[in-house]
Amino acid sequence: MSQGFSKSSIGRKVLMALSGFFLLVFLLQHFVINFLSVISAEAFNTASLFMGTNPLIQYLMQPVLLFGVIFHLIMGITLELKNKQARPIQYAKTNGGVNSSWMSRNMIITGIMVMLFLGLHFYDFWIPEIKTKFIEGNMSGLNANGEVRFYEELVHKFADPIRVGIYVLSFVFLSLHLLHGFQSAFQSVGFNHNKYTPNIKKLGTLYAIAIPVGFIFIALFHHFINNAH
Amino acid sequence: MSASKNINITLKIWRQKNAQATGSMETYKLDNVSTASSFLEMLDQLNEQLVNERKEPIAFDHDCREGICGMCSLYINGRAHGPDTGITTCQLHMRMFNDGDTIYVEPWRSVAFPVIKDLVVDRSAFDRIQQAGGFVSVNTSGNTIDANATPVAKTDADKSFEAAACIGCGACVATCKNGSAMLFVGAKVSQYALLPQGRVEAEIRVQNMVRQMDEEGFGNCTNTGACEVECPKGISLENIARMNREYFSASLISDK
Repeated sequence: MSQGFSKSSIGRKVLMALSGFFLLVFLLQHFVINFLSVISAEAFNTASLFMGTNPLIQYLMQPVLLFGVIFHLIMGITLELKNKQARPIQYAKTNGGVNSSWMSRNMIITGIMVMLFLGLHFYDFWIPEIKTKFIEGNMSGLNANGEVRFYEELVHKFADPIRVGIYVLSFVFLSLHLLHGFQSAFQSVGFNHNKYTPNIKKLGTLYAIAIPVGFIFIALFHHFINNAH
Repeated sequence: MSASKNINITLKIWRQKNAQATGSMETYKLDNVSTASSFLEMLDQLNEQLVNERKEPIAFDHDCREGICGMCSLYINGRAHGPDTGITTCQLHMRMFNDGDTIYVEPWRSVAFPVIKDLVVDRSAFDRIQQAGGFVSVNTSGNTIDANATPVAKTDADKSFEAAACIGCGACVATCKNGSAMLFVGAKVSQYALLPQGRVEAEIRVQNMVRQMDEEGFGNCTNTGACEVECPKGISLENIARMNREYFSASLISDK
């Protein structure tokens, strides 16, 4: 690889797309496991116990994921700032809606909203998880009664209606981000083909709607069904 | 086609004395504009009015006035080349506007296209990108060989021709929210990369042209697709994808 690749405009957009692909795969995996919680508490606990205790996932994939998220965020902001410099004097009148989608023009807004959500999500799940494991030293995935703790923790987090509301809103932003991001990543890595691109766009729309709607369903399900008083 | 009529319009136009001056939007009233006239003819009419009022006429770029030279520009009511598709400003007609309309006319906005005066911008950044690699380094005059000596697939020839239709007007840069020149550079890279004569220097060409594009200060493409919609020659986003592929593979195999 030439030295200037990661500093060039195209190199950066390719790296942005590759980190996006990685996050798309991660999100699908996250969704599948979370959806198990709707079907069966036991299945969710089994999957979570595997994810929460497997050393490859804990010590390899988790840091890689964290790096992927931070990289996507920093690169996104870097490119946005650079792009702003490319037009120091703004137009008096713009009409972006006639030639491009709102989603494509506002990836930085939807992206930052998703990142803010991730801050909350880390506070809710990831930080308590790290505390349990590495401060309290409980690596077993079991609670004080010797039962697998993950399902109970998940349900408990969706008791607060404000928290559920924030989650639902965040998934709307995620959906808007993915509606452009999914197909855009393919274009960035140079994959544009008359035969495949229309189907990639359709798949992207399906993914961008189905996954966030699925997450919203999970949050509402636990709020209204399992936290019903 | 309906008969032409005369309309009265208000124009808000960017005035800037020279490259160093700070410009501003100025308002002009123009009456009795024929809807059969072109947008540039309307500006000629306004300039005549300004000259009669002993005021400085508005500077704007134009040359062939038939949509092929790539000289005219203008960001009209928030759109490059105005409210119509597949045309340059010289092909835009006043029938697209209504009586009483207020029309915003601004120069292309890009750090790489500095304003020279009023609506005229310096697009020599495009020339420097071309000079960095937009050519084939063999003499093609005086020793013309039979066109059939080197077979070219019809689909490739067609795509190359479509890319070569780019007139370098800069509407892609003006339209892009990021001020990216990737549709222009993608078209120039593609027109050669698709042909056997251009393949010889394809790797070095894409690297040099992209490097020059970045040095000029153009923004980065985020695939909004606005450039493709506003391009007067209908240059496809496929060309940007091809450039991305070419650049990625050239970076992988390059010596440096």
